[in-house]
Amino acid sequence: MKDWPLWEVFIRSKNGLEHRHCGSLHASDAKMALENARDVYTRRNEGVSIWVVPSSQITASNPDENGELFEPAADKAYRHPTFYNLPDEVKHM
Amino acid sequence: MNKTLAAYVIQIADNNLILAQRLGELCGHAATIETDIALTNISLDLFGQVRSYFQYAASLTGAEATEDTIAFLRVENEYKNALLVEQPNTDFAYVIARQCFYDHFHLLFLQKLQHSSDETLRAIASKAIKEVTYHVRFSSDWLIRLGDGTEESHNKITQAVQDLWVYTNELVTAAPIEIEMADAGIGVNPESFRDEYYGALTSILNEATIPVPEQKYFQKGGKQGIHTEHMGYILTEMQYMQRTYPNMTW
Repeated sequence: MKDWPLWEVFIRSKNGLEHRHCGSLHASDAKMALENARDVYTRRNEGVSIWVVPSSQITASNPDENGELFEPAADKAYRHPTFYNLPDEVKHM
Repeated sequence: MNKTLAAYVIQIADNNLILAQRLGELCGHAATIETDIALTNISLDLFGQVRSYFQYAASLTGAEATEDTIAFLRVENEYKNALLVEQPNTDFAYVIARQCFYDHFHLLFLQKLQHSSDETLRAIASKAIKEVTYHVRFSSDWLIRLGDGTEESHNKITQAVQDLWVYTNELVTAAPIEIEMADAGIGVNPESFRDEYYGALTSILNEATIPVPEQKYFQKGGKQGIHTEHMGYILTEMQYMQRTYPNMTW
């Protein structure tokens, strides 16, 4: 069991919203990963849909490159859409 | 009639109660964190069903009875669960085999109970059936995985299936009260789905490459209140609080 691959779990809390990463777990295959995710992450009524993805399939950015990747965005406040007034009816922005 | 109905409702629930208690013992002890949570989820599903049954039984009995007195204050031979559910958590293979044998019975039983003439039993059955459909899926998947897995898992699950098979037939053998309640249109005669039950188990065992046991002799007695040696230990732990601190509540 210690050889089981790692899976990333994404849950959609209700229809219309996006799937969000909520954690990871070990399972021998996709079917088991889905059932484990159901048991571990939706027992308090958290979701209506589950995705599981092999962690090995995720390509991650290198923390050593954080400077060139992310710091240039830090001083560009004009890229934030904070100059618009959002109607109250628009949720989840 | 109410008295017989109450006894019948309690008998249905006792299977769930004792199995849920057994599964609860695994909290913090199962093979992986994922199966630990899955098995205790199943335990809580079963306890939830027990509460519905016992509340109904208490309302039929009247007097001082509550769901708690029914759960905690009976003596061993008043519990009418089948022997299968009191068998110990020997290892993960035994847990899965016991669960799979019970879940398939449970689902077939609830499918019939949905057509009861009793409104409360119909309601409990249709709520429980969603939970139990998932239990069947979980335990059947695991039985197949273990049977079809490594040599070690195959040998362990084969042993567990072999040892627990002797308790299967009691589930689908009608006790007098079950016949009486079925004739009244309220209950279910489990013999009406015996072939279907063994058919379901056979097809899963085949898929799991586990030989179907051929034994012809089966254990029985739980439904009459005659239990295996394990039952006393389960009740001792389960009843401890109410026996030591009578009427305590959380």
